[in-house]
Amino acid sequence: MPKRKDINKILIIGSGPIIIGQACEFDYSGTQACKALMEEGYEVVLVNSNPATIMTDPETAARTYIEPITPEIVAKIIERERPHAILPTLGGQTGLNTAVKIAETELLEKLGVEMIGASIQVIRKAEEREQFRDAMRHIGLRVPKNGIAKDIDQAREVAKRIGYPLIIRASFTLGGAGSGVAYNQVEMEDLVKTGLDASMISEIIMEESLLGWKEYELEVMRDLKDNVVIICSIENFDPMGIHTGDSITVAPAQTLTDREYQAMRDAAVAIIREIGVETGGSNIQFAINPENGEMVVIEMNPRVSRSSALASKATGFPIAKIAAKLAVGYSLDEISNDITRETFASFEPTLDYCVVKIPRWTFEKFPGAEDMLTTSMKSVGETMAIGRTFKEALQKAIRSLEIGKFCLGSDTPRSRESGLKIHEIEKGLINPNSERIFHIYAALEQGMTLERIYKLTRIDPWFLFHIRQIHDMEKQLGHLAQKGLGPDKWDIEFLKKVKEYGFSDMLLANIFDVDELAIRRIRISNGIKPVYKLVDTCAAEFEAYTPYYYSTYEQENEICFSQKRKVVILGGGPNRIGQGIEFDYCCVHASFTLKEMGIESIIINSNPETVSTDYDISDKLYFEPLTREDVLNIVEQEKPEGIITQFGGQTPLNISASLEEAGITILGTSPDSINRAEDRDHFQCLLKKLDIKQPENGIAVDKKEAILIAEKIGYPVLVRPSFVLGGRAMEIVYDKEDLEVYMETAVKVSPGKPILIDRFLEDATEIDVDAISDGEDTIIGGIMEHIEEAGIHSGDSACVLPSISLSRKILEQIKGHTKTIARELNVKGLMNIQYAVKEGIVYVLEVNPRASRTVPFVSKATGVPLVKLATKVIMGKRLKDLGLVQDVTHSYICCKESAFPFARFPNVDTILGPEMRSTGEVMGIDSSFGLAFAKSQLAVGQKLPLSGTVFISVKDKDKKALPDIAAMLHDSGFKIVATGGTSAFLSDHRIPNRQVNKVRQGRPHIVDMIKNREIDLIINTTSNKKTISESCSIRRAAVAFDIPYSTTIAGARAVSMAIKSMIEGEFGVKTIQEYHG
Amino acid sequence: MKALLALADGMVFMGRSFTGRYETAGEVVFNTSMYGYQEILTDPSYCGQMVTMTYPLIGNYGVNNEDVESDRIHIKALLVKEYQEYPSNWRSQGSLADYLRASNIPGIEGIDTRALTGHIRLKGAMKAALSTEDLEPDSLIEKARQSPDMVGSDLVREVTCKEPMLWQDGRFQNSGMDPDQFQWPERHGSWRVAAMDFGVKFNILRCLEKKGCTILLVPACFDSKDIDRLEPDGLFLSNGPGDPAAVTYAINTIRDQIGKRPIFGICLGHQLVGLALGGKTFKLKFGHRGANQPVKDLATGKVEITSQNHGFCLDMESLKDPAVELSHINLNDMAVEGIIHKKTPLFSVQYHPEASPGPHDATYLFDRFIEMMKGYKKLEIRK
Repeated sequence: MPKRKDINKILIIGSGPIIIGQACEFDYSGTQACKALMEEGYEVVLVNSNPATIMTDPETAARTYIEPITPEIVAKIIERERPHAILPTLGGQTGLNTAVKIAETELLEKLGVEMIGASIQVIRKAEEREQFRDAMRHIGLRVPKNGIAKDIDQAREVAKRIGYPLIIRASFTLGGAGSGVAYNQVEMEDLVKTGLDASMISEIIMEESLLGWKEYELEVMRDLKDNVVIICSIENFDPMGIHTGDSITVAPAQTLTDREYQAMRDAAVAIIREIGVETGGSNIQFAINPENGEMVVIEMNPRVSRSSALASKATGFPIAKIAAKLAVGYSLDEISNDITRETFASFEPTLDYCVVKIPRWTFEKFPGAEDMLTTSMKSVGETMAIGRTFKEALQKAIRSLEIGKFCLGSDTPRSRESGLKIHEIEKGLINPNSERIFHIYAALEQGMTLERIYKLTRIDPWFLFHIRQIHDMEKQLGHLAQKGLGPDKWDIEFLKKVKEYGFSDMLLANIFDVDELAIRRIRISNGIKPVYKLVDTCAAEFEAYTPYYYSTYEQENEICFSQKRKVVILGGGPNRIGQGIEFDYCCVHASFTLKEMGIESIIINSNPETVSTDYDISDKLYFEPLTREDVLNIVEQEKPEGIITQFGGQTPLNISASLEEAGITILGTSPDSINRAEDRDHFQCLLKKLDIKQPENGIAVDKKEAILIAEKIGYPVLVRPSFVLGGRAMEIVYDKEDLEVYMETAVKVSPGKPILIDRFLEDATEIDVDAISDGEDTIIGGIMEHIEEAGIHSGDSACVLPSISLSRKILEQIKGHTKTIARELNVKGLMNIQYAVKEGIVYVLEVNPRASRTVPFVSKATGVPLVKLATKVIMGKRLKDLGLVQDVTHSYICCKESAFPFARFPNVDTILGPEMRSTGEVMGIDSSFGLAFAKSQLAVGQKLPLSGTVFISVKDKDKKALPDIAAMLHDSGFKIVATGGTSAFLSDHRIPNRQVNKVRQGRPHIVDMIKNREIDLIINTTSNKKTISESCSIRRAAVAFDIPYSTTIAGARAVSMAIKSMIEGEFGVKTIQEYHG
Repeated sequence: MKALLALADGMVFMGRSFTGRYETAGEVVFNTSMYGYQEILTDPSYCGQMVTMTYPLIGNYGVNNEDVESDRIHIKALLVKEYQEYPSNWRSQGSLADYLRASNIPGIEGIDTRALTGHIRLKGAMKAALSTEDLEPDSLIEKARQSPDMVGSDLVREVTCKEPMLWQDGRFQNSGMDPDQFQWPERHGSWRVAAMDFGVKFNILRCLEKKGCTILLVPACFDSKDIDRLEPDGLFLSNGPGDPAAVTYAINTIRDQIGKRPIFGICLGHQLVGLALGGKTFKLKFGHRGANQPVKDLATGKVEITSQNHGFCLDMESLKDPAVELSHINLNDMAVEGIIHKKTPLFSVQYHPEASPGPHDATYLFDRFIEMMKGYKKLEIRK
């Protein structure tokens, strides 16, 4: 069937901010879909609140709304745009849920808008458990014994029928939020309550536990002609009971015979037909009893999912792109396979390699959160590796995680796991956790049998055996080391085998106590170099035209070298807190620019969720770990004129000096300049030379030194380890006692490592500046004023562009400083500087001569493509030749707000601090600050109330700012309740309020009020440890009951202004193309 | 133990034997199925061939007594990237290495199977020699060149049954019987199908039986009169190895049977039908072997993902009879995948509706055969 001509304008709904369970895979899928539909000549209207995406680039869609993805706002956009169709299956659960909500009103019918890809009936049939269960029964498939409950009484009944342990999940949620395993009635009742809350339809499903069963996924596609193909099979390394997003997964499935695989395939085909997904991709999960092969269906996602992104990268089959084309009427046999060119999309990819995905967790960011994996997803990112064997892929994946491990083995001088006692190891095997794979290794080191490990973990022995092979090999290496037989004395075949097993040079260097580069030299002189193979969807049956490579140690090298100028761009690796989609955005733009300049762009990255790892973004894609060894291997083959390291965040920066040392040209700002900015001493000298202020500071390696410095500077002080990302382990310390505690833990974690101590500027305004420089001229891209005061991590605080409170004089000073620093550092490319302004004085907090997290936000706000310009500058162009001669200004207001994963981590305090914990961001644009900020709140799910009751409890220091805020809320019609001190203070200022008990003051207290849903907004600021822990239950209740809250007084002011603006005016919706005019 | 694979065009690959010492020769072909190595090993159509699996990890789920397509291994050698010595599956009854060893079939790992596949794609399926004893490339290349050619070779003789065998309840009921004494077992509503055995896969028999057929497998050398004597409701022509043009005796039998009763052919059976209808076959460069081959049913426009294993192909141009129509094509290279006769009850497909290994998308073809027999019977009764 040819494409449909009766529709022309199509609305695509994105997935909003990066959150756990919904990361950049939906930028990848959305971007593919937009591009595919635009290519077909459709007018694509896009809505997504996340500015750090490629999909919200003004070129990706015809009309782009960076607006909150709520049913109300999207309805407004529909009314304004009158699209012919909505494609809801590419924006994750958010896109799907929003589309469903809108479809439930009569708007679509009224305006004649059609849902393509999946109808509301199909979505319901797949997502509502009862309907799904019935559908499965209808086609003779079994789902786990289950029942649905809408309240606790029903839940008790269902539990009685199913028995324990049982699994509880909430219907209609993100990534399994509100799910868990209950082993007894008490746990069951707790989980039922959170589940009912988490569910958008107040419904939970309770299921028989399939703990220990094997878990599989199939990616299925169907077209309007009812052709169905399976794109990829995925086998979870971890058994059932762990969310698939938190499982190590492997493609293709490894331990099924054809008979079993085909039975699963038949089931998948029957399911997609029965549910009625007409076009596009679906993900279907199965569980298999390892004892007898019994198969049950777990769930189906009638949309493109995280797994489909993985499957796309694992197979080379672009699921989202094809799904978009199917949605507009094409059939699979009409769409050509880009990779082979001569064949069509109506086939099933076959792999001739093994793919391993490992999730990336950040439990360390959430003190109080237990490192335990359950059916509720906790990981913030993932990495994928491709190898010709499972061992190779697994080792590469571990290297790609960037957690300081270069292999599965004990590559660090003696890894932490080695010191574990057997009962600790067993505990780590029994209770799934982020380190379990290392516990398996430790168990092997202690001589535990595979049978025993299987019994404790229920991880298929097939996988365990490979880990044992790796372990045995390392043991052998250890013996050789003891005998003093280094790699230079080995048989070449053995050296080759070690590399085939995926061992890194770094591991060998550690075992044989030599330098990594020495191992490299031995290897290369023996001719042991990796070869590069293509990912081609067809296992070499047809010629492949897309240069998508992975490394392995084998006979034939398939790299096709060109004679063009070429440049390597290093990507950002797996998403983590502090380094996410923003940097992928930068790498993608850099690649586009190089291509535009006629230079071959080569991307190296290991993150399957990203746009940058799509094979048509660069001229060549290497899906490889971002370590020195892996990068050098590629560079030695490709011989590019240089490498760009400033766009991928900290990952490439960390290795750029060592790459330069190995003789590689780093393009743009030199590693030496980067070092001058990052090294404390150099930096201090630099600022002194330029006569620019910074907060007083010092470095300490022990407690005594730290106290001396702190006393000299004066409390409070900001303390942190040097060279960290995202404010890891950064704290504000108010007194000697707290400093002692901090130093003790810090020294324990990394002994001998210096701790930085800065004077903490209380109540200062923090400023973020993004600028671009060619070494001589510097242009300011944007000066962002943080909403929260200095001391809150810049990645966590909201900000507004342009600044709303700084005087012209201060702004000029900031610009001046920025330009001076850029020139001094000879910055070529992007630079970010954080300033604090206190009492009219500008201090420099930090200079990062690289792309920052805010670059995409600034570019979206201003319409100036900073990365594109920076790439040209890096390649030698002058800013004035590029036409950028003036600092950028605009008249509307853009607010950035951060999205937090607190709902995933019960018992973690939500109070903001110097350690970054947000996973993503949104942007709100409007004519006034209030409306723009209100939009940003709406976009992160803070549903600001227009009336009701506000609870206020603030620390003394914040009280002077309180009357204005409280008065504003009172005038807006809010009732105010407050705890003792705050209440008295408000009464003194004649602001009517009612006093409420603190939790320790007896009941009924504030948490009771929250639980009774008597509170609509919470303003709660605290200062010292005692009050923080005392009020934590209030903030947790706010998260649990989804009540908007602010933990800073500056944030509270912004919220009050937003509410006032919402009461007085109405949101407008406008495309960024219109804004940029 | 080191092993060397030498191709007739001079290309060599190093590997290791995981089954012992061997020296053998045959045609090297690749199969792109990610699952189903046991079915492939036992598929008689691979007779005379060394098979390389493009999926690098082989042996993962061991072997069992159920997933067999004949009574023995037919391949000459199995070439893989990494043999999996620790099988894991609830149905596994032994390791692949032991299985191969028991039949004296070499299993070689450590081969750059992707390079080998790419080479075959460019240069075509070709003769090769494999040895753990002779690691001299030149000598082994010469041995490869000296080995027999696939074109013109009748391998059916090596795999066909010697005497008729009755398939019932999922197995053969006898080890061979006298055709003159044969009586179809009494069974209500069951279709009597004579199946010419050119190297039949068990799953074809299982599929036919599931659809209500009682099958008498007959040797490939059975002539038309032998078949007539059996008075079957339909004639099935099985898959098999080698060059179809070399199986002249079967072509004659089929030519005589056309029009007498419904005929359904698969793979080699399909090629023989084409030859019997006066057409020609040719050798594909590297064939179709895998479980992901898209085939379009021209009658419905629908695409089915099919299991295939063929090195030869029917030339549609050579079929002059206007009553013979193309029914299925391969969407990858537009090769002929099925034909149907408009005047007599006859159809055949190049691919494997019985799958095993592979997707079950095409099982409807067995229904089509049943329908054909049903229609023919009605016609007969009316006559």
